[in-house]
Amino acid sequence: MDISLQQVGYSYAKGTPFEKRALYEVNASIRTGSYTAVIGHTGSGKSTLLLHLNGLLKPTEGVVRVGDVSITADTKAKELKKIRRHVGIVFQFPEHQLFEETVEKDIMFGPLNFGIPEEEAKQRAHELIRLLGLPEDVAQKSPFDLSGGQMRRVAIAGVLAFKPSVLILDEPTAGLDPRGRKEIMELFTKLHKEEGLTTILVTHSMEDAARYADQVLVMHEGRSVMAGTPEEVFGDADRLKSFRLGLPRSVAFQHNVEKLFGKQFGTLALTEEQLAETIAEALKEEGER
Amino acid sequence: MKEILSLDHVSYSYESEDGGMRRAVDDVNFTVNDGEWIAIVGHNGSGKSTLAKLMIGLLFPEEGKVKVFLEELNEDNLWEIRSDIGIVFQNPDNQFVGSTVQDDVAFALENNGIPFEEMVPRVHESLAQVNMEGFLDHEPHHLSGGQKQRVAIAGALAMRPRLLILDEATSMLDPQGRDEVIQVVDELKRKTGLTVISITHDLEEVLLADRVIVMNDGKLMLTGKPEEIFAHGDKLESIGLDLPFAARLSRLLRQAGIGIQGEHMTEEELVNELWTSHFNK
Repeated sequence: MDISLQQVGYSYAKGTPFEKRALYEVNASIRTGSYTAVIGHTGSGKSTLLLHLNGLLKPTEGVVRVGDVSITADTKAKELKKIRRHVGIVFQFPEHQLFEETVEKDIMFGPLNFGIPEEEAKQRAHELIRLLGLPEDVAQKSPFDLSGGQMRRVAIAGVLAFKPSVLILDEPTAGLDPRGRKEIMELFTKLHKEEGLTTILVTHSMEDAARYADQVLVMHEGRSVMAGTPEEVFGDADRLKSFRLGLPRSVAFQHNVEKLFGKQFGTLALTEEQLAETIAEALKEEGER
Repeated sequence: MKEILSLDHVSYSYESEDGGMRRAVDDVNFTVNDGEWIAIVGHNGSGKSTLAKLMIGLLFPEEGKVKVFLEELNEDNLWEIRSDIGIVFQNPDNQFVGSTVQDDVAFALENNGIPFEEMVPRVHESLAQVNMEGFLDHEPHHLSGGQKQRVAIAGALAMRPRLLILDEATSMLDPQGRDEVIQVVDELKRKTGLTVISITHDLEEVLLADRVIVMNDGKLMLTGKPEEIFAHGDKLESIGLDLPFAARLSRLLRQAGIGIQGEHMTEEELVNELWTSHFNK
């Protein structure tokens, strides 16, 4: 499902003395099947932006297009409902939204609300329990008796349960330990590929943006200021710095080594693995001379 | 060295859903001395947070003794002891009470009956210590995450604590906010010699500590200097923890056939190593 934003502006509490502008002339284009990372300093408008993508907010100016639905300031609430079935959002700390007696019921809640028959919803819940790597016997347990990492997976299953074609992730690894973080990010990559999702990741982690995304959108003071592949965006350290953003560790390290070697490596090392390879090659070349 | 806090064979269990007991902290022993910066690490559910609750008397041990400032913590001395401990929690938005930064920092002072003439300089001094003196009249909810946490630290410092506990205080911040907070704590430690216990997932923060305690399944698994701890790379990974960037990269370089001498914990050390053993020949 293609998503595009054209000259999107948004003001909170528009028309009141408390009016506060959050977005200005935002333009973005997100292709079906792409994995886009949205990065930006705290307060850059990332969260306001993502609320537009499933109609939780309507733009006060401009147009948001999700598939064949266009959302403007005048769009009726009923229209917005259509896109919510297709766009799932995993908010920060999604486990805070668990509420049902059992894991199975919690995962089934969304589909039942969208009118999916009970048997089908139940079957889907069990598929998701497996897909998310949860033990089969959690289905009948209370979600509140699970560990933090398991609770988060159940909450994610609840979003996936109505089969969205677009999955929006807002800082999905906040508060997890390093292993939990890696497992969750790899799970999203797997879902992205296997379920053919369009994935949008809002993150503070330059490393995750560089490693997992194929497109990066940079927000700064309510505007979309850069967009491109991770190589393009992280290849422009000076511009990123002007938006108060740093580089992924591997790229920063690469620059330090390049300074030392007095020459530039051809490719940008977006991950530690690539970095190790690049350095090893450079050293071997040097040795052969 | 003077002891600030000690745990002597401390255990604690929570009741689980089936009515049984689950050991969250199991026979843990350690001592923290005056002026030390201790990092406590462990996977989610390893017992770190229970440990923090035991240290400030939110929980009392089922077995063993917790001593703070050489006194065994009990319900009678709890309040007096706590007035010498500063604590900063994870979520910067859950710990503000004042409508301006200076009111917020003054809150605990006012509660403890510190006279106004003394309150003013203390508020200024604590905010200066966290590089936030220019924000006296700002509203806390308009600050960035890093600034909020620094104000929370100032609030703790205003009480002139002998011990500062950071309970995942950087885990909800963006990279810049995290750096700001870590830098402030590092400065504080060097300038004032304050004892700091930091419960954290951030490995680059762990590198700055004097000593690291690794918790696993309620037990103290390892303790030592950061470089000693990170030498146990595989063991740490097996319990769900990670290594600092430079250590991970050293390992990847070795796998790619590049000889790396010794263990390198910081990026600077690793860059220097690459220079001396591979370029400057």
